[in-house]
Amino acid sequence: MFELIGIPPQALFGQMLLGLINGAFYAVLSLGLALIFGLLNVINFTHGAQYMLGAYVAWLLLNFLGINYWLALVLAPVVVGAFGILLERLMLRKLYHLDHLYGLLLTFGLALIIEGVFRNLYGISGQSYPVPPVLTGGYNLGFMFLPLYRGWVVFVSLVVCLGTWLVIEKTKLGSYLRAGTENPTLVQAFGINVPRMITLTYGFGVGLAALAGVLAAPIYQVKPTMGADMIIVVFAVVVIGGMGSIMGSVVTGFMLGLLEGLTKVFYPEASNTVIFVVMAVVLLIKPAGLFGKAS
Amino acid sequence: MPESNPALQLEVSDLHAHYGESHILHGMNFAVPKGEVVTLLGRNGAGKTTTMKAIMGIVQKRGGSIRFEGQELVGLPSNRIARLGLAYCPEERGIFSSLNVTENILLPPAVKPGGMSLEEIHGLFPRLKERGGSQGTKLSGGEAQMLAIARILRTGASLLLLDEPTEGLAPLIVQQIGDIIRGLKGRGYTILLVEQNFRFAATVADRHFVVENGVVVDWLPNDQIEQSTEKLKRYLGV
Ligand SMILES: Nc1ncnc2c1ncn2[C@@H]1O[C@H](COP(=O)(O)OP(=O)(O)O)[C@@H](O)[C@H]1O
Ligand SMILES: [Mg+2]
Repeated sequence: MFELIGIPPQALFGQMLLGLINGAFYAVLSLGLALIFGLLNVINFTHGAQYMLGAYVAWLLLNFLGINYWLALVLAPVVVGAFGILLERLMLRKLYHLDHLYGLLLTFGLALIIEGVFRNLYGISGQSYPVPPVLTGGYNLGFMFLPLYRGWVVFVSLVVCLGTWLVIEKTKLGSYLRAGTENPTLVQAFGINVPRMITLTYGFGVGLAALAGVLAAPIYQVKPTMGADMIIVVFAVVVIGGMGSIMGSVVTGFMLGLLEGLTKVFYPEASNTVIFVVMAVVLLIKPAGLFGKAS
Repeated sequence: MPESNPALQLEVSDLHAHYGESHILHGMNFAVPKGEVVTLLGRNGAGKTTTMKAIMGIVQKRGGSIRFEGQELVGLPSNRIARLGLAYCPEERGIFSSLNVTENILLPPAVKPGGMSLEEIHGLFPRLKERGGSQGTKLSGGEAQMLAIARILRTGASLLLLDEPTEGLAPLIVQQIGDIIRGLKGRGYTILLVEQNFRFAATVADRHFVVENGVVVDWLPNDQIEQSTEKLKRYLGV
């Protein structure tokens, strides 16, 4: 069959795997964005910078304190998430009663500052982060070679996305979040500390971005612009999936990653733009996004 | 500061409230005795809902005094107020569409011991048991109102604020809501009820306060409602 369409299976599956990995990052990043947008009504433009921070914290931990990948996978999201909590407490909180635009401007400005600081410190060429020893190498699956670390990235992303979805759909805390997304005033009038819930949600969303950053460190270069490159695509993913839709952003993230990979096989010239073409089409046909509810 | 009267569960004195620059409540004075059903009657726009929201702390820009069981509520955020034992059923009902009926009932946390169990609530509202898995917004108006009331009974709150629970409902459902309110009173709840329909209010309440332009202009015990019908009609413009 593959001979029929003239594509060797190794190339096809290889690109699909690459696509799936990009999709894993899109999914984790857009999940955090969707959570934050749902509850805070803030479009978190700092998300890419926070992803980059996650990668740098892991790199700094390794190079200055000798702390390995596995600990960094936990520590970096906690550190960057705590930084997010500080941002929410000191700055974002003051903007909730204003137009969306103010939150967007603040987070965009912060992203530029953070990126600029790291550019100053580390230049733009980037640092490399080694793949942890147990995850080096790979398996020959017969039809393709699967590098172990890449399989691990897809696995962790799936677990994180599914776990977050389960918490939101099936637990009491999740019902507070869903209700708080709809009508925070009433949820607070039932006795729930909504301002604290908002702070923690922001911290969690930022922590997810940092986790994606740590996962990315051994695959991509750790560099100041890594977030800016990624975040533009992730915003397209969120728009396609539907702003604030949790499941929508996860499914869309993986699907679009795959689509991007397949485009690389069949029409490489379009691989960088295909997501934006999909975005334009979706916006024309279903402006609320594939999984969004029209309001 | 005046001594607080333990027989009064809620004492509102010289309550002012603002939305941004607009001054809506201009010194409301009324009290709700423990175990009674008390109504706020008044035309559309008189400030009844704003009074409820000021009590719950949803309207934060307020002055004067609101005492619940002797404790001052002005200055507290709404989550702290709810934890003292007040529960609010909003005029627009506020059913969450992303939660099913049972999740809506279970949403408000228990703030005090002595709230009803889910079984008791289902006994009181059998329809809500049948529809437990339905999405919150797929209910009829009557069911949604029942859900909005049912939801605040689990919390252990002793003072219920019900904002126009009969608005827009068919006469048969209005009767059921009347039965429920009397039943809740029988269980010892104190209820502050907002109504425009004084004939309905007369079937459930112990006393009535009349609100006009953000102040309480009159009050009467329920047994005087017959001889005051003409006056009430004038107040309410019906
Ligand atoms: N969110 C708001 N912002 C500004 N004004 C409001 C708001 N809500 C109500 N009002 C005004 O406050 C007044 C009292 O409204 P409300 O308390 O809802 O009256 P009622 O419940 O007695 O019908 C009305 O004049 C209304 O227009
Ligand atoms: Mg009203």
